[in-house]
Amino acid sequence: MDYFLELFLGGLTRGSIYALIALGYTMVYGIIELINFAHGEIYMIGAFTALIVSSVLAFAGMSGLSVLFLAASVAIIYSAAYGFTVEKIAYKPLRQAPRLSPLISAIGMSIFLQNYVMLAQTSDFLPFPNLLPELTFLESYGLMIGSSEFIILMTTAVSMVLLTVLIKFTKMGKAMRATAQDRNMAMLVGVDVNRTISYTFIIGSVLAAIGGVLIASHIGRINFYIGFIAGIKAFTAAVLGGIGSIPGAVLGAFILGWTESFATGYVSSDYEDVFAFVLLVLILIVRPSGLLGRSTVQKV
Amino acid sequence: MNAFAQIRQSLIIALWFMFLTFPILAVRVDTIEKVVEWRWPNMIYIGIGSFLISFVWRYFLGKKAQGAAKLVTPSVQAKTATERTKAGQAGPRTAKDTAAASGKPLMQRLMAEPRLHRPILIVFSLLGIAFPFLPFASTYQINIVTNALLYIMLGLGLNIVVGLAGLLHLGYVAFYAVGAYSYALLYYHFGIGFWAALPIGALFAAIFGIILGFPVLRLRGDYLAIVTLGFAEITRLVLENWNEFSFGPSGIAGIPRPGLFGVEMDLHQATIYIYFLMIALCLFTIFVVNRLQDSRIGRSWVALREDEVACEAMGVNPTTAKLTAFALGSTWAGLAGVVFAAKTTFVNPASFTFLESAMILSIVVLGGMGSIVGVIIGAFILILLPEYLRAFSEYRMLLFGLIMVVMMIFRPQGIIVGIRRIYEFKKGAVKEGIRQ
Repeated sequence: MDYFLELFLGGLTRGSIYALIALGYTMVYGIIELINFAHGEIYMIGAFTALIVSSVLAFAGMSGLSVLFLAASVAIIYSAAYGFTVEKIAYKPLRQAPRLSPLISAIGMSIFLQNYVMLAQTSDFLPFPNLLPELTFLESYGLMIGSSEFIILMTTAVSMVLLTVLIKFTKMGKAMRATAQDRNMAMLVGVDVNRTISYTFIIGSVLAAIGGVLIASHIGRINFYIGFIAGIKAFTAAVLGGIGSIPGAVLGAFILGWTESFATGYVSSDYEDVFAFVLLVLILIVRPSGLLGRSTVQKV
Repeated sequence: MNAFAQIRQSLIIALWFMFLTFPILAVRVDTIEKVVEWRWPNMIYIGIGSFLISFVWRYFLGKKAQGAAKLVTPSVQAKTATERTKAGQAGPRTAKDTAAASGKPLMQRLMAEPRLHRPILIVFSLLGIAFPFLPFASTYQINIVTNALLYIMLGLGLNIVVGLAGLLHLGYVAFYAVGAYSYALLYYHFGIGFWAALPIGALFAAIFGIILGFPVLRLRGDYLAIVTLGFAEITRLVLENWNEFSFGPSGIAGIPRPGLFGVEMDLHQATIYIYFLMIALCLFTIFVVNRLQDSRIGRSWVALREDEVACEAMGVNPTTAKLTAFALGSTWAGLAGVVFAAKTTFVNPASFTFLESAMILSIVVLGGMGSIVGVIIGAFILILLPEYLRAFSEYRMLLFGLIMVVMMIFRPQGIIVGIRRIYEFKKGAVKEGIRQ
C-alpha cells in the first residue's frame, strides 16, 4: 500500500507539472487553433534562465528564499517575453495561411530554440540547485510526501485558481473567451484580437516557466532537450482532456501523470516515454475529441 | 513609414532582442568551478544583427502584403503574377504566354523552357557519371554526395505524404529505421543479402506505414503530426530498450555492403559502387514519383490535400488515398534505410532521432512541397552546404529550424513551385494545359 501511495503521489506531482504546461497548449489551441510546438521550448528556457540567475546570485553570496523568488520571477519574465516574441515572429504573419503553414513554422521555431540554447549554453546536462525550501512541518509525514512535492502541488493549485479567476472574472479573460469562440465576431464588438492572442501566449508561457522552475528544482538537472519530451507529454495531456478545454487539460495531465507513474512502477521503467505515446494513440482512436472536449462538426 | 520612424522601430527591436537573448547568450555559468562567464560581444552582435534584419524582414513582409492586396484586384495580369504568393500556384507554364512569364522569377522561366530541358539533363547526367572519377573526388567526397542522394530519396518519399497528400508526417524516420533494421536483422539471423533485403525492407516499411495509417485516418492535420511524432519515438525507444530483438543502443555492426556478382571491391571501389547504385535508385524514385503524381491516385492525393470534404464529395475515398500515401511514402524510406545500413555497415537507434525527421521535412519545405526538382535542390543545399562549410555545420539544425519558419512566412511554396495540372478554357474549346 505504501508503494501504491508513493506512486500515486509521484503521479500527482508529475501530473501537476504536465498540467502547468498543458494549459499553455490548450489555451493557445482554443484561441488560434494551432499546436504551439515551441511551447515546450518556452518551458525549457524558463528553467535555463532560472538556473543562470540562481547560479549568478549564489556565486554572489546570496542564499535562501530570495534566490528562489528572484530566479523564478526572472524566469517568468523571460519565458513570457519569449512566448510573446515567438508568436509575433512565427505565427502572426501566418494567421490567414493554410493550416499546415503555421504548424511547420511552429516546428521550425521549436528546433531553432532548442539549438539556440544548445549552442549558446551547452549540450550536457547541467546540475540544477534545489531552490525549493525544506518545509519542517512536513517532517512528521516525511515518509509520505517530500517538501518539494508538496510545494509543487500547492503552487500548481494556486496557479490554477488564479488562472480560473483571470479567465472567468477579468476583462482580459472575457476577451479571451470571446476570441476563442469567434475571432471575427470578437473583433466586431471591439476586442483587440491581436493583443488578446499575445496575452494568451504570455499567460501560457508564465505557467510553463513556473512548471519549468519547479520540475528542474525537483529533478535537479536540465539540458536543452527537456522541453521537447515534456512538451509532447503535455500535449498528450491536453488532447486527452479535450484540447481547448481548460479543466480538460488539468484532468488529462493528472491521468497521464498517474498512468506513467503506475506503469513505470508496476510494469517497466525502460519504457517510461512509450506509455504516454500509447495512451495518446489510444485516446485518439477511441475518442478523438478528448474526455471533456466537445466534438466539433466540420462545416462546409 | 518614413525613414526616421523605421530606424526608431528597428532600434526598439534591436534593444528587445538584446534583452531577450541576454541570459542565455551573454551569461554562462560553470556550476562546478563556480565562475560566471560574461560574453558581452554576443550582445553587440545580436543588437546589430537584429537591427539590420528587422529592415529586411519588414521589407519582405511589406512586399508580401502588397502581393496579397493585388490578389483582390480584378485585373487578370495582376492575378497571374500574384497567384504565386498563394501556396502551390503560379501562372501558365507555356513560355509563349509572355504575359504570365514576365511575372515569373528566373528559376521558373528556366524550368518552363522546353528547349533547355534536354541540354540540362545531359549536363547533369554527365556530371553524375563523371563525378566519382574526377581528381578531387576522394572516398569522403563520394560518400557525402551519396548521402545527399539518400536524402533526395527520403525527401521524395516524404514529399508524397506531405507535399502531395498534405498530411504532416513528423515520424518519417521510423520507416527509415524499419528499412535499415530489416536488412541488419535479416542478415544477422538468416544471412540474407542486400539485393534480397532491398524489396523486403521496402515491403516491411510499407506494411508499417499501413499499420500507422489505420489509427490516424480519422485525425486532422495537427493531431496527425503529433501522433506520427509519437509513433517514431515509440519505434526508437523500442529499438533502444528491447535488447533481445535489436541489441539495444549498441546496435548491429558488420552488415555487408551490397555485392556485385561476387566481385571483390576495396573501400573506394565499394563507395563508387554504392554511389552509382544510389543514382540508379534516385532515378527510379524520380520516375515512379513523377508517374504517381499524374496518376489517378496522385490526383486524389492532391484533392485530399486541398479539401478533404470536397474530395470525398467528388467520390474520392479519403481512407484509401491516405493509406496509399502512407504506404507508398514509407516504401521509399524503407529502401533508403536498407541502403543506409549497407553503406554504413552499422545501425543503431541513435541514427533515427526526431532531428532526422526534421531534416527531411526541411528539405521538402525548402525545396517546395509537391515538387520533385525542388526536393532535389533542397537536399543538395541542406546536405552539401553544411558539409562543405565546416564552420557552419554546428549551426545546421539551427539553420533548419530557421528555414522552416522563414520559408513558411515568405515563400510557403518553396524554391520550386510544384507543378499542377489544370484544365484551361481557351477560345471556346476545352484544352488541357499544364500550369506550374
